[in-house]
Amino acid sequence: MINNSRVLIVIPALNEAGSIGDVVREVRGELPTVDVLVVDDGSTDDTARLAAAAGAIVARLPYNLGVGGAMRLGYRYGYEHDYDVVIQVDADGQHDPRYVPKLVDALSEADLVIGARFAGEGDYTVAGPRRWAMAMLSWVLSLLAHTRLTDTTSGFRAANRSAIEMFAFWYPVEYLGDTIETLVHACRRGYRVRQVPVAMRKRMAGTPSHSPVKAMIYLGRAFAVLTLAMIRR
Amino acid sequence: MNVRLTILTACIGLVVLAVILELLRRRQLREKYALLWLGTLVVIIPLAVFPGLLDNLAGRVGIASGVSLVLFLGIVFLLLVCVHLSWEVSRLEEETRTLAEDLALLRTEAMAAIARIQGPGAAGKNEDVLHRTETEAGTRNDQQ
Repeated sequence: MINNSRVLIVIPALNEAGSIGDVVREVRGELPTVDVLVVDDGSTDDTARLAAAAGAIVARLPYNLGVGGAMRLGYRYGYEHDYDVVIQVDADGQHDPRYVPKLVDALSEADLVIGARFAGEGDYTVAGPRRWAMAMLSWVLSLLAHTRLTDTTSGFRAANRSAIEMFAFWYPVEYLGDTIETLVHACRRGYRVRQVPVAMRKRMAGTPSHSPVKAMIYLGRAFAVLTLAMIRR
Repeated sequence: MNVRLTILTACIGLVVLAVILELLRRRQLREKYALLWLGTLVVIIPLAVFPGLLDNLAGRVGIASGVSLVLFLGIVFLLLVCVHLSWEVSRLEEETRTLAEDLALLRTEAMAAIARIQGPGAAGKNEDVLHRTETEAGTRNDQQ
């Protein structure tokens, strides 16, 4: 319970045995009144067992679906168990659970709240095509949402009851669908989207990619996903 | 028209017809696809025997030879079939995705129910049993 809301933290995880135990323990230590659901997205390592040992509820997908599949499962669990708020947190430890109450507070005047880097807190920087992609995405989505959104691909977000209901039945499984397309979909259907500045930490495990070619491909795919999301029903 | 070529095309048409009928007879092909291909063959085989059948129609739409018209229509038809198959695969993926999510949800609920009945700790053991059964099933499949 945070502010009289039943809160479920959903952590989609694929082969995160290196960090999942610490992430779950940290969330539960920081927020003892919330439930933690780890969705094991077809991991081949010990992710599910370590998450359960750390005290999380674990849902194991039989094979890898991608973040979208894992998150729809999370929202369905939240919907069926009558949670008021579902919060998505990455399994690599870059999201600080101390910001969770801030996200929940922001839901008082929004349906979907994004924990955003680049919004004043922390020192996260990117350059090149990846930066252009992010600039394009935040420009278009800010227009759609009628508010300034600086970090549209953030995986740190909170949904209230009505957004949970929408996402429980509709959540794209495609590349970038879990971030960009869900935002466009929510905006076009009149859900209020807001952002809250958060500082991101270094990942506990895994490394971000810095290849310019990959960044270029990312830009192209981001543009394609955005265009499709705008014209899709 | 060369007689030997006509025999060749007619034979190929009949072979394809036989393959489809056999697949249908062994229940390997859903009838909606079988009907599509049978319908196609009903059109194709007479054309294989009498390639001149479409010359008249081809002339009217400005194509010199009926054979070219068949070639053109054939490519359009195959393109549409490919699009249809992509659509079917997308639909199937969506269905299996939903099933996978349902399965994971059910398994989680089952573990919670077992934990409620047998007390804490029991669910972990059962999860291990489930996991082991799955792994063994996987190994069995690999051996086959």
